[in-house]
Amino acid sequence: MELPIDYATLRIIWWALMGVLLIGFALTDGFDMGVGALLPFVARTDAERRMVINTVGATWEGNQVWFILGGGAIFAAWPFVYAVSFSGFYLAMFLVLGAMIMRPVGFKYRSKRPEPGWRSFWDWALFTGGFVPVLVFGVAVGNVLQGAPFRLDSDLRSFYEGSFFGLFTPFTLLCGLLSVAMLVLHGAAWLTVKAEQGPVTDRARKLGETAGLASIVLFAAGGFYVAFGGLGYRLEGVADAAGPSNPLRAVAVHASGAWLDNYGRHGWMLIAPVLGFVGAAVALLGLRTGKAALSFSGSSVSALGIISTVGLSMFPFILPSAIDPRSSLTVWNASSSHLTLFIMLIVTVIFLPLVLLYTAWVYKVLWGRTSTAALATNPDLY
Amino acid sequence: MDPAVVDLSRLQFALTALYHFLFVPLTLGLSFMLVIMESIYVMTKRPIWRTVTRFWAGLFGINFVLGVATGITMEFQFGMNWSYFSHYVGDIFGAPLAIEGLMAFFLEATFVGLMFFGWEKLSRVGHLFVTFMVAIGTNFSALWILIANGWMQNPVGATFNPDTMRMEVSDFGAVLFNPVAQAKFVHTVSSGYVIAAVFVLGVSAFYLLKGKYVGVAKRSMTVAAAFGLASALSVVVLGDESGYTLTDNQKMKLAALEAMWETEPAPAGLAAFGIPSLADRKTHYEVKIPYVLGLIATRSIDKPVEGIFELVATAEDRIESGVIAYDALEKVKANPKDMAARAIFETHRRDLGYGLLLKRYVADPRMADVATIKKASWDTVPNVPVMFWSFRIMAGIGLLMIALFATAFVLVTLRKHQTRWFLILAVAAIPLPWIAAELGWILAEVGRQPWAVEGVLPTALGASSLSVPQLWTTIVLFTLLYGALAVVEVGLILRHIKKGPFAEQEAFASAAGEPAVA
Repeated sequence: MELPIDYATLRIIWWALMGVLLIGFALTDGFDMGVGALLPFVARTDAERRMVINTVGATWEGNQVWFILGGGAIFAAWPFVYAVSFSGFYLAMFLVLGAMIMRPVGFKYRSKRPEPGWRSFWDWALFTGGFVPVLVFGVAVGNVLQGAPFRLDSDLRSFYEGSFFGLFTPFTLLCGLLSVAMLVLHGAAWLTVKAEQGPVTDRARKLGETAGLASIVLFAAGGFYVAFGGLGYRLEGVADAAGPSNPLRAVAVHASGAWLDNYGRHGWMLIAPVLGFVGAAVALLGLRTGKAALSFSGSSVSALGIISTVGLSMFPFILPSAIDPRSSLTVWNASSSHLTLFIMLIVTVIFLPLVLLYTAWVYKVLWGRTSTAALATNPDLY
Repeated sequence: MDPAVVDLSRLQFALTALYHFLFVPLTLGLSFMLVIMESIYVMTKRPIWRTVTRFWAGLFGINFVLGVATGITMEFQFGMNWSYFSHYVGDIFGAPLAIEGLMAFFLEATFVGLMFFGWEKLSRVGHLFVTFMVAIGTNFSALWILIANGWMQNPVGATFNPDTMRMEVSDFGAVLFNPVAQAKFVHTVSSGYVIAAVFVLGVSAFYLLKGKYVGVAKRSMTVAAAFGLASALSVVVLGDESGYTLTDNQKMKLAALEAMWETEPAPAGLAAFGIPSLADRKTHYEVKIPYVLGLIATRSIDKPVEGIFELVATAEDRIESGVIAYDALEKVKANPKDMAARAIFETHRRDLGYGLLLKRYVADPRMADVATIKKASWDTVPNVPVMFWSFRIMAGIGLLMIALFATAFVLVTLRKHQTRWFLILAVAAIPLPWIAAELGWILAEVGRQPWAVEGVLPTALGASSLSVPQLWTTIVLFTLLYGALAVVEVGLILRHIKKGPFAEQEAFASAAGEPAVA
């Protein structure tokens, strides 16, 4: 069957869509998680904490679907990536799942009982559910940049030769902290938009400023390490962009500094890191001057820039192998079949705009700041 | 592959999936019952129906979040624990999971927040629309998950590609309209409706026994009786649809759940009772009901139903053909341009999976001797006693549910809501449909063994290259976490039931706006 879009183009589209999903996740569920991580620190009394929880109470569930859909879409479009990464990072993934399981329950169950011990337990569950996944995602991205210790045999079965603690190196921890800083900034910015003005937003602004500065410093340090820390992989020869998805038929090698190659070839890509810095700076400015919309736009642009930087630096690599570069997964060798990519694109083009439309409607209905006063009169609040 | 890794991976999947399915069916059914209750509120504008809706919505919410929380595990577990499976069939299997997120889970999750927080922000009809979207979303979720599962049971519309060493989609329409998936979908969601109806019926009966919240309880009972009767009938009728056999594995499944060792000549009878024995490959003390099985399995009275011995013989032939496919594939792997080997592979491709069954015993299936092939062919028989008893208990409960709801329907119609013996029965019946639903999954998935994907990929090959300590770590931690959450959840549900439907209205009398009417 002749399809209207060729295989190589579809692969690039799906690589970009994977980025869209990750950015969608960071921009929506990212502020929920940032708020979770901030919860014990910005809100001291029970009323304040309930107010903070209700800033995301009605929408975190829809936001979290970006994460679920991210998993599903990687499975559908990049089955190799799904198979190799989640089994390789097994215990780290378990940590993420465990923390994320506590989140839905924490939101719903926390205010169902009055005992302070009960509520405090769930507050820390919500903190864990925000902080731990964000940290682990950052560490995971750091490991992807470094290359993961896996190899494929001739049946394309994957073997992972690293350990859980091996995931944590100074560089990957730096990436983890950057991820935390980026989304704490985003969460703090959200609180200045959605929470009633007062002590909570004052604390959020202060913590947000620290997180914003940390984002800038850590992003710069990460960039420096990527340039000079001996990271990078390169494809040898000409890759067959429309060839069968079989990693063993391409040749990849380790090449220090290769993660900067793309910026030399395509100068426009530099816009991604620039947005990462400028966005964070704008967010800081917004927090300083008390302009909530400005800080939230800034933190959103910053997250978009930082995530895009990782993707663009590595293109066409998705998951390089540190122990057997030949097994590396790239845009050209790790995708689903031509037909599956095409069908999934049609489905996405139909449904993603619909999702954005009704999500926007729901946010519009729920527009307005949450307040501690509302807790006394509205039985629906958490 | 270490057999312990496979067994532990299966154990973990079974635990997390069966646990997940404690919450999902209640969500599936209760969401539609909320739509019914709220529709009555919108049409009659009587506040009592708003109270009824919001009371059950409260219980829905407590249950819903655990379904969501445990669903997160399911989405990622294929990659974590079934890495080779994910690679081997991700081209087909991943699509329904992604579509589920895109068209179903987004819908239910985005609107569910508004359903709880939007009572004061939306018009009556606007809120009903939101509730309806939640119900549609949850049920669409089930559709896509069962399309994925149905494909594992009957892998249509896909072929093996030797260049990528995996199955690839050839006809997406066939995957969508897979008759096994369609039958499973209706059977599964109907069972969810029964679970929700039994839950509402049982809790209402509890209130009536205590003489509390009678107005709410009677109305809820009426909705549950009608909804439950329709659903219970549909579960059994469409369960029968699942019994209609299409593939060798499904024939084997049917033979196993009937413990039918020998081919049954037409018209085949259904075993009502018996004690199946694996050791002597025989069923003792068998009692048969004539004609019934032939009608279910072949939709005729003149076709025989194949027994285990005959199906094992077929499997043996397919294993031998699969070894030839495996040999050709190895040649293609060594030299992708070997056209002769490709041609042989094409002829034997559909049996490759059978050849792979030998990998449990020998690293290279080509080295297997006749005895090993014989042994592997007997591996295609799932655990007969488990199948036999799971089916009988499940189907028995299904029939009981029809009786329960038929009685409820008659009593409700006669306005005899307070019939005491029935109320006691209704409370006692609450756990039954959950047992049936869990056994239904055991039947479906144990019955699929030894395959992860029927005829394509043996379960033993699908697992990730993990270590036993890694698996024990996650199994123990999942069990502790899930166990604790179950205790918390049941506690909160009981607390909600104890507080009753008016607790919130009383606490927030000024804000609710409308007076509570009993």
